[in-house]
Amino acid sequence: MNTPVFIAGMGIISAIGNDLQTNLQSLIASETGIGKMHWLQSEHQSELPVAEVKCSNESLAEKTGLSFQLPRTALISAVAAREALKNAGWEKNNSLRTGFISANTVGGMDKTEDFFKPFIKDNAKGKLIDVVHHECGAITELVADYLEIHDFVSTVSTACSSSANAIFTGARMIRAGQLDFALVGGADSLTRFTLNGFNTLMILDKEPCRPFDENRQGLNLGEGAAYLLLASQKGIEKMNKKPLAKISGYANANDAFHQTASSPGGTGSFMAMQGALESSGLKPGEIDYINLHGTGTQNNDMAEGTAIQRLFAPSFPKMSSTKAFTGHTLGASGAVEAVYSILSIQHGMIFPNLRLKMPMKEFSFQPVTVCLKNHMVRHVLSNSFGFGGNCSSLIFSAA
Amino acid sequence: MHQMKMYIRSAGNISPQHSLDTETFFQTREHTSGNHLKAIEPDYGQFIDSKMIRRMSRIVKMGVAAALTCLKNGKVEMPGALLTATAYGCLEDTSLFLRRMIEFEEKLLSPTAFIQSTHNTVGAQIALMLKCHNYNNTIVHRYFSFENAISETALLLEEGLGPVLLGAVDENTEDRQAILSRFGLYRKTISKTAVQGNKYSGNTAGEGAVFFLMDKDAGNDPLACLHAVQTIYKPETPEKVELSIIQFVETNGLSMKEIGLVLTAHNGNDDEDRTGRNLINSVFAGIPHFSYKTLSGDFPTSAGFALWLGALLLKEQKSPDWLFKITFPIKNILIHSHFENTHHSLYLISAC
Repeated sequence: MNTPVFIAGMGIISAIGNDLQTNLQSLIASETGIGKMHWLQSEHQSELPVAEVKCSNESLAEKTGLSFQLPRTALISAVAAREALKNAGWEKNNSLRTGFISANTVGGMDKTEDFFKPFIKDNAKGKLIDVVHHECGAITELVADYLEIHDFVSTVSTACSSSANAIFTGARMIRAGQLDFALVGGADSLTRFTLNGFNTLMILDKEPCRPFDENRQGLNLGEGAAYLLLASQKGIEKMNKKPLAKISGYANANDAFHQTASSPGGTGSFMAMQGALESSGLKPGEIDYINLHGTGTQNNDMAEGTAIQRLFAPSFPKMSSTKAFTGHTLGASGAVEAVYSILSIQHGMIFPNLRLKMPMKEFSFQPVTVCLKNHMVRHVLSNSFGFGGNCSSLIFSAA
Repeated sequence: MHQMKMYIRSAGNISPQHSLDTETFFQTREHTSGNHLKAIEPDYGQFIDSKMIRRMSRIVKMGVAAALTCLKNGKVEMPGALLTATAYGCLEDTSLFLRRMIEFEEKLLSPTAFIQSTHNTVGAQIALMLKCHNYNNTIVHRYFSFENAISETALLLEEGLGPVLLGAVDENTEDRQAILSRFGLYRKTISKTAVQGNKYSGNTAGEGAVFFLMDKDAGNDPLACLHAVQTIYKPETPEKVELSIIQFVETNGLSMKEIGLVLTAHNGNDDEDRTGRNLINSVFAGIPHFSYKTLSGDFPTSAGFALWLGALLLKEQKSPDWLFKITFPIKNILIHSHFENTHHSLYLISAC
């Protein structure tokens, strides 16, 4: 990692806040975003808690100037992406190349669900406007057009590690000199499709989730969008700006074990974390904080914990899963947690793993349960593991 | 545009033509009629365990069989990285889960279709079958999914992660056909002359799964050399497309005169083809040209089929008798793929 990749700005919208500042305040105050379903219309409304962005589509449309008829994923994506550019002070500059690499898993599924209801009875029925943005790539294009970023635009979809891989892709392009700036991250809104899908797998907790707890019962789904503006050395110099942090390592590996389950030993997780450390040149002992994938399912937390135990024992960094705040935001989770990792470096804080009462007995480490302040955080490892065995780890460091 | 010279060491292609076995492709013309072309699927028993076959949807089976054929042809057991491009992802399982969810009012659903509906299922199943823990990514950017995956391939090769197993997969389903027909995308009247077709309106839908083994080194007996790929998004004017094509060829050290064949994406939709037809009378004037979509049908990652066809023609230095008659040898082929006038892509390949 000889060529530095800086983070010039970031933006986020999640269940714990509509912008960066509010997210930080909620993290410090230990205020979860998980609660009763309000905006999503589902048969499971009273039974399954979720972590919703606290805005209607109409109010998201108003914030952005986009149409309220667009998929919700496009609307939250636009909010967070625009904040990241503003936070960085980025302005369109024709002599510098800017890319937009965004991840999502649901595309315009919220609208497709509405379309399919009349369509399955009569395939001449259903409003076409509801399926025109169905594709994952269509969401990215809508936002790229909105931001007028066209030098390179792409969409990544590797289930729950999607936006970690989008960040990875942008960082690689900057290192290769193909882009000066890369707006990278992801977005996913809640849909009945994903809610019911995870429900059939019987991995949804009917109470707010408890990652890495001995008595954990599963995950809660969430929604959100988050973006980082990555900059090359040249880009950051032109901006005349002090970077927020830098990306110092990344790796992608495949568990190659099962379509949805992680291998018991966490092979993919181990390889991703080990690979990220190798690419950064850091030793395990130099990591100050791990932002865990920590979904709260039996399987994930066991596999991830086993891999951490193997890689870091006997001395462990501080760690926590912030999914107890935001729920599992699927394709956005890697980016949401990248933002929290960088906030941790910026503010010298370790955010708590909410609701952890009894740490898993298999491990000799324990996640942090209260917000630690005035803590020197130089290097953060952030994990994102997904269906299909797609495992990615990123390392963020103080610039 | 960045230099990305790489070699296509081998390929495996499942398409509406007899493409999985290239000898059959040369001998057999598949008559294409109707408003959609269906992929000719192999006996999957030669690739996949029979218990797994029953659980896999068509796109997954096609992807796995194409990938395994590609590796076999390239005599490589384990790729250094695996990249899958798909615009629509696993439509069959997505439709299935969606329909049941609505019909059964979100109750008593089985997880199988959902599990296999995620866009990375094809890449994941290939990794699972190969026990491949290496770099694995899925690009889902509409009509640029495959092109963006090639850009990533170039960088992975630079980083020494080759050979890269790179694929383009999209499936057609009844629901996709019904919905896109309502958008007016596909032809309504059927002619038996789809392969020759000039005078009809509306596209022919298509599908396919093609994988390539891409490497920095030519290896043993490569198919072709890929010099560069470029995308053009929403060009303001037709002139901009013409200019981009000329610049693309010249940047790669060639002149238009040195292009022996252009593979175009005409697909029978009059409005959509206007850009393409103009090009034939302008920048492509005097160069033999052929529309690959008449063989593959139209779908967002269909340029993968064009790359396969171009590489095969360069390697064999002949074309199937039933296809077209042009004079060989041919050194360089230009591929111009486009969808409406919003997504254009250019590929330059040459004989090794």
